[in-house]
Amino acid sequence: MKVVSHVLGRMAFYVASAVFAAVFALPLVWLVFAPFGAKAKLSVALPDPFTLSNFGKVFANTFAVRALFQNSIIQAVGTMLLVTLLATLAAYALSRAPIRGRDALSYGLVLFSSIVTGTAAMVPIFLLIFNMGLIDTHMGVILVFTGGLLPAAIFIMRDFVDSIPRSYEESALVAGASPWGMFRDIALPIVRPGMMVVGVWTFVNVWGGFLVPFILLRSPTKMPAAVAIYSFYTEGGTPIITLTTAYALLYTLPVLALYLFVNWKYGFRFFGGIKS
Amino acid sequence: MKKRIIALFTLLVLGAIMSPAFSQSLSVICRCVAGGANSNQVAWLKEYVIPEFEKAHAGVSVTLNEFGGTDDALKQQYALDLSVGKGNDVMGFDGFWIPEFASGNLLKPLNAVAGSAVDSWEGWNHIAPGIQSILSYGGEIYGVANGTDVRMIFYRKDILAQAGVANADAWQPTSWADIADAAAKVLAAFPDSAPLQINAGTSMGEATTLQGYYMLLLGTGEEPFMDGKWVVRSQGILDTLNFYREIYVDHAYGSQRVQLINDGRNLSFANFRDGKTAMLVEGDYFYRSVTPAGSEFAVENRDQVMGWAKMPSETPGSGIRGQDFVSASGGTGWVLNPNSANPQLAWEFLAFMNSKAARDVWMTYQPGIPARDDVPVPNNAFLTDTAAALLPLTVSRPNNDFYAKVSEQIQLMTENVVSGQMTPQQAMDAYAAAVTGIVGADATVDLLAR
Amino acid sequence: MHERRTILPLRTGLLFLGPAALFIGAFILLPFFWIAGVSFTNRSLTGITAANPQFVGLQNYLKLFDLSTFMNPGQFGSSLVITGQFVFWSAIVGQAVLGLVLAWFFYRRTGWVKESVQTLAIVAWIIPDVVVAFAWNAFLDYDGGTLNWLFGLVGIHKVDWLLAMPLLSIILFNAWRGSAFSMLLFSSALGSIPPSYLETADVAGAGPWQRLKDIILPLIRTHIVTDLILITLWTFNTFGPFLLTGGGPAFRTEVVSVLTYRMAFKYFDFGTGSALGMVMMLINLGFALVYLGLLRRQGGSR
Repeated sequence: MKVVSHVLGRMAFYVASAVFAAVFALPLVWLVFAPFGAKAKLSVALPDPFTLSNFGKVFANTFAVRALFQNSIIQAVGTMLLVTLLATLAAYALSRAPIRGRDALSYGLVLFSSIVTGTAAMVPIFLLIFNMGLIDTHMGVILVFTGGLLPAAIFIMRDFVDSIPRSYEESALVAGASPWGMFRDIALPIVRPGMMVVGVWTFVNVWGGFLVPFILLRSPTKMPAAVAIYSFYTEGGTPIITLTTAYALLYTLPVLALYLFVNWKYGFRFFGGIKS
Repeated sequence: MKKRIIALFTLLVLGAIMSPAFSQSLSVICRCVAGGANSNQVAWLKEYVIPEFEKAHAGVSVTLNEFGGTDDALKQQYALDLSVGKGNDVMGFDGFWIPEFASGNLLKPLNAVAGSAVDSWEGWNHIAPGIQSILSYGGEIYGVANGTDVRMIFYRKDILAQAGVANADAWQPTSWADIADAAAKVLAAFPDSAPLQINAGTSMGEATTLQGYYMLLLGTGEEPFMDGKWVVRSQGILDTLNFYREIYVDHAYGSQRVQLINDGRNLSFANFRDGKTAMLVEGDYFYRSVTPAGSEFAVENRDQVMGWAKMPSETPGSGIRGQDFVSASGGTGWVLNPNSANPQLAWEFLAFMNSKAARDVWMTYQPGIPARDDVPVPNNAFLTDTAAALLPLTVSRPNNDFYAKVSEQIQLMTENVVSGQMTPQQAMDAYAAAVTGIVGADATVDLLAR
Repeated sequence: MHERRTILPLRTGLLFLGPAALFIGAFILLPFFWIAGVSFTNRSLTGITAANPQFVGLQNYLKLFDLSTFMNPGQFGSSLVITGQFVFWSAIVGQAVLGLVLAWFFYRRTGWVKESVQTLAIVAWIIPDVVVAFAWNAFLDYDGGTLNWLFGLVGIHKVDWLLAMPLLSIILFNAWRGSAFSMLLFSSALGSIPPSYLETADVAGAGPWQRLKDIILPLIRTHIVTDLILITLWTFNTFGPFLLTGGGPAFRTEVVSVLTYRMAFKYFDFGTGSALGMVMMLINLGFALVYLGLLRRQGGSR
C-alpha cells in the first residue's frame, strides 16, 4: 500500500513538473526552430530543410553584429560592474550604519525609480545627458541605466547583507578592524552570491533595454542589439522572420550563458527572500 | 601592439595636418537602410548624389546616417535633437510634420537658414506651388519635396470577374454604393474573403487618415479643415463614419481584424496578394514599392490581375469642389537643420539633390511622380496614367500645426466606429470634444449646429 | 528586539552610500522634480507650446479626471480599469500565486527535474523584451500559432487571441514572463524556515494544505508583502503589453504605462505625460501602504 502511494506520488510529481515545464517552454519552442528554417512561418515545425544560412546572413550585417558583440557587451558589462559595486556598498551602509528611516528610504527609492525609468522621464534624462555632453556615448547609456537600476539593486542586496550574522563583524571590530577592512574582508566574501544575483539582474535589464539607448545614442556604430534587431526589416516594414529570429537567438544566448554560469558557480537565489 | 597604436596615432595626426584646411563635413539622415526600408534612397545617395557632390566640392565629406526604425521613432529623435540645437545638417522629413516643428521653432524657413542663395535657386521655377507647399508652413518654405503621390482604389480583376461584377477588366465605380455593391458580390461568391479595404483605426497611423478617412470625406464635399476652422461636426463626417460602419460592422465587407490588430496594414497587403481582398484604397506607393515582382507582397501576374480605379465621391458630383472623383496627396522631402554649422554648404547639397540631373537619376532608382516639371515622368503607363487622371483632382492635407494631433483623433474616431464600440454619432461627439480640447473652441466649427 | 551595537559609524555609512546617492540624485531625483514641475505646465516637444510653455496649474490633472470622458476608450479612467485588471490577474494572481506554487512544489526537493523547471521559468524572465514579444506573437498567432495548434490537437476551436481576448493575452503573457521573480523570492523565503517547524507539523499529522496555510504562509508573510509591493509596482510600469498589442485593439490593452507613452512620446505632450506619471506614483504609494497596513494589522512584527 505504501509503495503504491509512493509510486503514485512520484508519478504525480513528474506529471506536474512536465506541465510546469511545458507552460514555460511552449511559447519559446517556435523561437528555437524558426531560425533554422529556410522559409518564414509562424507555426511550429521541425525545420525542413534544416539550414544555417540565416545565421550566415545575420553575420553579414556588420551593424547588427557589432551591436551585439561590442556595443551591448560594453553597455551591459559597464552598468553591471557599476551597479553591483555601488549597490553593495550602499546596501552595506543601509544595513550596518545607524541611518534613520532607512527602510522607508530603500522602498521610496524603488518607487521613484519606477516612475523615472518609465517613458515620462526620457526627456529630462535626454536633457541631462545632453548637458553633460554625453549624447551618443556608451558612458551616457551606462550612467542612466546605473541610476535607474540602483534602487532595486540596493533593495535586493540589502537582503543578503542583512542575513550576514553581525557577530562576525562585531568580533572583527573588537580586534580593531577598520570599517573598510571589515567590509572588504568579511562582508564582501559572504555576499558574493548576492552580488552575482544583482549582477545578472542588472545585465539582463540593460541587455533588453531599448528606450534608453534609443534616446541617447545616434551613431549606428554605437547602438546595442536591442535597437539593431529592428534592422532585419523589409522595405515595407515587416520583420524578416527568418533573420530576426536567428538574430534573436544569438541575442538571447549571452544572458542564458551568464545565468547558467552564475547558477552553477554560486547558485542563483535571493538570500533570505528579501525582507521588507 | 603598442607599436601599432603609435603608428596609427601618427597616421591620424598626419592625416589631420595634411588634410586641406578648408575641409568641411555634412551629415544627412533619412529613414532609409541598405537592404531595408527605402533602400533605393540609400543607393541613390551613396552611388550618385554624395560622390558627385564631393567631386564638385573638394574637401567636403558627406556622411549618410541610415535610420532603420519607424517613422514615429525618427520623428522623436528629430524633435529631441532639434530641441537642443543638434542633429544632422540635411534631414529627410515627412511633409505633415513641418507645421508642428516650424511652430515649435525647431525648424526655420530655408532662406532664413541659408540666405539668399535659396531664393535665387533655379529649381523653384520648375516646382509647382502645390508641390512646394508640401513642406511649407505659414507661407514660408521649409524644405524641398521629393515628389508627390496620389491615391486610388486598387482592385483584383480576376476576383471581381469571378464574383460577377460587371466590367471587371476596367471597373470604375461612380459612387460609394457601387463599391459596396461590388463588395457584396465578392463576399457572396467568396464567403471567407474580406473584399474591401479602406483603412481605419489607430494602428495604421497616418495611413488611416490619408488613405482611408480623407478619401471618403473628400467624397462628401468636405475636408477636416475648412475656411480656417476645424470641422468637428458635419453631415460629411457622419456619412463617412456610416460608410465605415457599413463596411466593417454591418456587412463585414472588410476585415475588422485587419483594422484593429497591431500589424494590420501588412496583413491588408498580404490579403490583397492572396486574393482575399479584392479592392484596396492606397497610394501609388502600393504599385511602386509594395506589389512589384520579387517583393514580399508581390501580386502574381500583376499586369493581368491588378487594376486601378478612381475613388468615386459618395454620389456623382458630391465630392470636394463638386467633383465626381477624389484623390489625396502627401509627400516627403528634405529640410535644413537651422543649427547647421555649414548652412550654405548644406543648402548647396539640398539644391544639388533636387537638381534636374540628380532627379533624373533618382527616377532610375525609384520611378514616381517627380516634383520638378523638367524631370519627365518615367515611361511607365501606370504612373503617367494615374498622374494625368488624379493630379487635377487631388487635395493635400492642411499645413496647420494641429494637423498631426487632429489626425490622431481622426484615427481614433474611425477605430471607435469600426470596432463597434461607438455609433457614428457617439464617435463624432467624442471627436468634437477631443479636437476642441486640442485646438480651442474658437478654431472649430460645427456644421450641424444651424 | 535588543539594541544592536553599531558596526558602521554614521559618517562611514554615508560615505559608503555616497556614490549610489550621487547617481540616484542625478538620474532619479532630478528627473523626478522635472516631471513634477512639468506636470503643471503645457510644455510639449513640438508645436507652439514647445517654444512658449505656460504654467497651467492643475489643468493637466483635471483633464485626466474629466468625468465626461473619463471612461471612454483611450482615456485615463478606462486605462486605469484595464491596468487594475492587468495588475490583479497577471501580477497578484498570476505571478505571485504561480511563483508560490512553484516554490512550494519544489520545496525541499533537489535534482534535475527541479533544476530544469526552475531554469525554464527563469529563462522566461531573463530573455530580452523584443525577443519575448516575437515569440509570443508567434505563439498566439491565429493561423499558425503554437497555442491554437495545441487547441486544434485536442479539438478546441481556434481563438483569435490578440483580437478577441487581448486583455487575457497580455495577462497570460505577463504572468508567464515574471513568475520567476516570485518563485525565487519564495524559494529563498521557504529555505529560511527552520526544518524543525515542519517536522513538528508532520508529527502532528497536518496535511500539505494545512501545513502551507497554518505554518508556511504566516512565516513568510513579510516576504509575501515585499513580493506584492515589488511586482505590483513593476507590473504597473511594465511596457511589455505594448510590444504584443500596441495598446489595441481599440485601446483594450492600453495600460497606463502605454497611455503615458502615447501622451509623452507620440503626442509629445509632456504636461499630460508627466501628470500621468505623478498620479501613477501616488497610486503605487497607496498600494504599498495598503500592503504594509495589512501586514501590520495581521499582528506582530518580525
